[in-house]
Amino acid sequence: MVTIYIDNTPYQVKPGKNLLETCLTLGFDLPYFCWHPALGSVGACRQCAIKMYRDADDKSGRLVMSCMEPVSNNQRISIADKTAVDFREGVIEWLMTNHPHDCAVCDEGGACHLQDMTVMTGHTYRRFKFKKRTHVNQDLGPFINHEMNRCIQCYRCVRFYKDYAGGEDLDVFASKSNVYFGRSEPGTLESEFSGNLSEVCPTGVFTDKTLKQHYTRKWDLTMAPSICQHCSLGCNIIAGERYGDLRMIANRYHGEVNGYFICDRGRFGYEFVNAPARVRQTTQLGQPVDEDKAITQISELLKNSKVIGIGSPRASLESNYALKKLVGETNFHKGVSRQEQALMELAVSILNTGPVRALSMKEVEKADAVFILGEDLTNTSPMLALAIRQSVRQQPLHEVNALAVPEWNDAAAREIIQQKKGPLFVATVAETKLDSMATKTFRAAPQDISRLGFAVANLIDPSAPQVSNLHEDERAMSELIAKSLLASERPVIISGTSCQSDSVLKAAANVATALQKRNKNTGIVLTFPESNSVGLALMGGNPLEEAFQKVKSGNTDTVIILENDLYRHSQTTLVDEFLTKCKTVVVVDHSQQATSAKAQWLIPAGTFAEADGTIVNNEGRAQRYFQVYEKMNVKESWRWLTNLGATAGITPMQSWKNIDHITKALAQEEEVFRGIERVSLTSDYRMQDGQRVPRAPHRYSGRTAMLANVTVSEPKPPEDPDSGMSFTMEGTRAMPPSSMIPFFWSPGWNSVQSVNKYQEEVGAALRGGDPGIRLFEASATQSHYFNEVPEKFIAVDSKLWIVPLHHIYGSEELSAKSASVAKRVPLPYLMLNAEDAAKLGLKEGDAIEVAVGGDQLRLPVKVSASLSMGVAGLPAGLPTLSFVELPAWGLVKR
Amino acid sequence: MERPLTEHIRKDGRPLTLKEYEAVGGYQALRKILKMSPKEVQTLVKDSNLRGRGGAGFSTGLKWSFVPLDAPKPKYLITNADEMEPGTFKDRILLECTPHQLIEGMIIAAYAIQADISYVYLRWAYKTAAQAILNAIAEANAAGYLGKNIFGSGYDLEMHLHTGVGRYMCGEETALLNSLEGKRATPRAKPPFPQVSGLFGRPTIVNNVETLCCLPHIINNGAEWFKKLSLTGDAGTKIYGVSGKVKKPGAWELPMGITLRELIEEHAGGMQDGLKFRGALPGGASTDFLVEQHLDVKMDYTSVAAAGSRLGTGTVVVMDDKTCPVGFVENLEHFFAQESCGFCTPCREGLPWVEKILSAIDSGSGTMEDIQLLEHHTKFLGPGNTFCAFAPGAMEPLQSALKYFRNDFEQHIKEKRCPMEHR
Repeated sequence: MVTIYIDNTPYQVKPGKNLLETCLTLGFDLPYFCWHPALGSVGACRQCAIKMYRDADDKSGRLVMSCMEPVSNNQRISIADKTAVDFREGVIEWLMTNHPHDCAVCDEGGACHLQDMTVMTGHTYRRFKFKKRTHVNQDLGPFINHEMNRCIQCYRCVRFYKDYAGGEDLDVFASKSNVYFGRSEPGTLESEFSGNLSEVCPTGVFTDKTLKQHYTRKWDLTMAPSICQHCSLGCNIIAGERYGDLRMIANRYHGEVNGYFICDRGRFGYEFVNAPARVRQTTQLGQPVDEDKAITQISELLKNSKVIGIGSPRASLESNYALKKLVGETNFHKGVSRQEQALMELAVSILNTGPVRALSMKEVEKADAVFILGEDLTNTSPMLALAIRQSVRQQPLHEVNALAVPEWNDAAAREIIQQKKGPLFVATVAETKLDSMATKTFRAAPQDISRLGFAVANLIDPSAPQVSNLHEDERAMSELIAKSLLASERPVIISGTSCQSDSVLKAAANVATALQKRNKNTGIVLTFPESNSVGLALMGGNPLEEAFQKVKSGNTDTVIILENDLYRHSQTTLVDEFLTKCKTVVVVDHSQQATSAKAQWLIPAGTFAEADGTIVNNEGRAQRYFQVYEKMNVKESWRWLTNLGATAGITPMQSWKNIDHITKALAQEEEVFRGIERVSLTSDYRMQDGQRVPRAPHRYSGRTAMLANVTVSEPKPPEDPDSGMSFTMEGTRAMPPSSMIPFFWSPGWNSVQSVNKYQEEVGAALRGGDPGIRLFEASATQSHYFNEVPEKFIAVDSKLWIVPLHHIYGSEELSAKSASVAKRVPLPYLMLNAEDAAKLGLKEGDAIEVAVGGDQLRLPVKVSASLSMGVAGLPAGLPTLSFVELPAWGLVKR
Repeated sequence: MERPLTEHIRKDGRPLTLKEYEAVGGYQALRKILKMSPKEVQTLVKDSNLRGRGGAGFSTGLKWSFVPLDAPKPKYLITNADEMEPGTFKDRILLECTPHQLIEGMIIAAYAIQADISYVYLRWAYKTAAQAILNAIAEANAAGYLGKNIFGSGYDLEMHLHTGVGRYMCGEETALLNSLEGKRATPRAKPPFPQVSGLFGRPTIVNNVETLCCLPHIINNGAEWFKKLSLTGDAGTKIYGVSGKVKKPGAWELPMGITLRELIEEHAGGMQDGLKFRGALPGGASTDFLVEQHLDVKMDYTSVAAAGSRLGTGTVVVMDDKTCPVGFVENLEHFFAQESCGFCTPCREGLPWVEKILSAIDSGSGTMEDIQLLEHHTKFLGPGNTFCAFAPGAMEPLQSALKYFRNDFEQHIKEKRCPMEHR
């Protein structure tokens, strides 16, 4: 720590940081625009000017930009100096010469960083008496709205989009006072992270188009801390509601998981909550019924018939656990195929019984060598791909450090680094968006990706199993990868379940295990199919096939299906047969889907927005999401199941009154879940003054008028039995505990930039620690190798080895139901290697017949230069394609 | 009077061929330095007191010494030939007429910092110069002055011509580097300085054309000879230029330190008949006005600075008594507002405002508050407040005009018209 003097008061601060972040960490209100904690400094806006003095005798000092000046010992600066204050006001005055006076009708109004900074600097009176410069706006697609006249040219959009996230279709054009930020021509923004522009932009140029379509002032939202449901990474989000609809998803800062950003699937996938195809009422054979009657009747079934339960990787721990208690352990099924279950359990066992630590995304950003096996991360786990884009900078940053340029001096650091990248190896079946960052890419069938991994592990540690018959190219590649990983300080091995290959996971585990013996800083990251796949894997239970068997053999006549469309986890014919043979099918879900369409009883479950729950992310971090709002007739699945259990007289369930009781029971019953009752604070938590944490900001308006067109009597707001939060603005306005932050706000800071105030220091953990609890850690003592090296893939005439290909928009069930995301879902296709296509006499777009897994598909052909010979790719999980268990051999003909 | 840089220029303006250049002693300096160590070359140039002719006047030898000699290659030497300062045309003469002199100077500079790749970054409009440079580079390559293992010394240097697209900003050395890399011509943060991290992140020196053209002569004749060329403490000769309503506008190589009066009255033939001298920008558009009282100021870096302006490029723009100072400055500020790169707020938003105010005053709709606003901008667009020196340079003619010609501004406002047009 060093001492600096701010307006003659000494402060102990960290050396090496810049003065702006240091002042913000100390709690000063110093205005800024172009600086961003994740993007660093460029010195463009000149807003954060302060006075700097040579020494205590220097009385005049000089203006400097605090974002560009490193902290040094005994430094003397002034924020309050008149010249500095005047200059900061002057910068706003300049920006306002062209900024429209449309705050009253601007999407960003009231949550605008520019507004806040304008007020902060005290600029009020307009001296500029000339015309404003104007721009033409562009249609940027279904996610982002463009209003260029509001631009203040802080350059943060392009610095995030291009420099940080690797986007290629947003740029800055022209010069002088006519600088333009947009695309070279109108069109959908291609980056998977475009939604972050709405938070990165300090004003209303880039805004959330989905919010605009049912606009409400951001301070009129009722908000709750939540967890993204659209992949296994568990990004922290804020979900906001008004008038009974979910209106907006925003980033919720988490120092270890998602930092300042989320992906577009996570931001825009929420619209499924408002979709027409929601389950909004309890029905029996399609007819609305009284919910008490339904509970009574279904609980009778529980007492009098053989009932099994089918859980879900997209339902909370509490809901799955409630179902398990309801039907009994042996009758509980995970709701995924035997293959998917085996993969989930294998991946979890690698993380919690293997020797290598599962890294958080923050740790991945700091990794300095990356080896990806089998995962197209941009499509399966987008935020992890974003983390990797930062990690490839780690090795070149040594050069920046050698020149004594601080890493936060972003433009300078990037000029020094130029095109240099640290080691990244991408071994996947088809091309990925990370390829352009990669040192080398490797394209092969999953078997050969696995063999490459086994070979790398063997090169690192000869006691790991050997691979025979390696091709010369593969040998050279494995040697390069092994060498790069060994030469790095913090290597990370990344794999996952998406190419449906256990041998790929095993190979990744072997590489990580071998490296770990040489380098204790080795990390591993495995990704999973759904938001709570890890939680479900830890829960126990049988595969879906066993449920089918039980019904087939007549051992069962009733099934309760929890938040699961079985048609996404098994073949159509098998599910059809199963549902037909079941005497009674009860589906508890929030969205209508193929399985719910065949249910006798359909129970309206709450989505993440209408429910509380805990889910476990891919690193084993259990995280709580909080209900945002109450919806008539809709309840959490666990609450329905608990009511059923209690009515049926199942003892422990009778005493479960809220989520705390279920979480506690689960924690007590199962070793691995020990501690989850502490993931968040219990429902009786109250702030120091005895009040709840308000979900609505104190600026929330019009509550008493909301129903005034119907009735002037304001209904009593619902009370939350499951958390220490209120559904209104009533409660304590102080900063809530880190796990219960419904929105970021601080006096004078009405935009998302107020997050600075919630952190222990800028860019570090939230005050009180980042929320969530890791359920398991690697065990250093155990270390063994997987020995099953797969056979080399050999292409077969007349058949193709069909592997799944994932799409950020379309492969995940819930987000595909979102209206904006649906516009981005691709049409089904079959991807062929160019030579295979030529052999079949097919070109791009031609139709092809595929027989695979008992299905006959007719699809247009997509030709790929990188797919291996004899391998074909079929999009996974698209709403318009039925389930096929892959990889599998397929017969193709024209 | 010695005129080492320009004495061999042909009357017809055609560039000296390699043969012609060699015949007047060309490339002898190159043969000489190949027998010296890079450090020796640096020391000789430092001792000569050669100061950068691009306008900043920084010691050339000192600038070179910041390049780490042991740094791995590539290292770059770049000629800043993006001569776009309004009123400035001195480098053009050298580029068009003696391209080999520049190339020899570049090889010497490159050798002194052990650069292996060099570029001439040329203003797009200098089409004649482009052809001259291209021909000269080809000739030098063919003769073995450029390329691998120059004269068996083991030293390699390649040279390329790169033409800009006509942005004043590209004359700023770090914006030039960005432009050369194919990026937007915005300036870079310093540190790191180009000497350690410049073009493509590698050690780089950017020198002005005139600076580089001095080098062969310094090598051939020594540091002391170079210092003695000057009338004052700043060494060498200087190519001075005069534009405006003088009898014989032009550019001449003269000893450093001649007076402004001598320059205008003797070399430029004095003011045109019926016109009086009102003031002058001594070194291009981004320097403060000098007026009558400064006519005897010696035109070197130190003396012009002492008079409250900058020598800049040494090319004088003269303003006569029939030209409206408000319109004159408005024209300059229009140029600067157009040429701002748009990176930092004060320059991007401040300059157009200044231009609009000047235009309002000039057309008779200005107010007295406008003068305060102009003064506000001269202070707030000062050095350190903006990202680079562009806007502070743009404020120099304005702040000095407000000082020396304030009455003209006030008269415009009071009479609600330009008094010059109605005289």
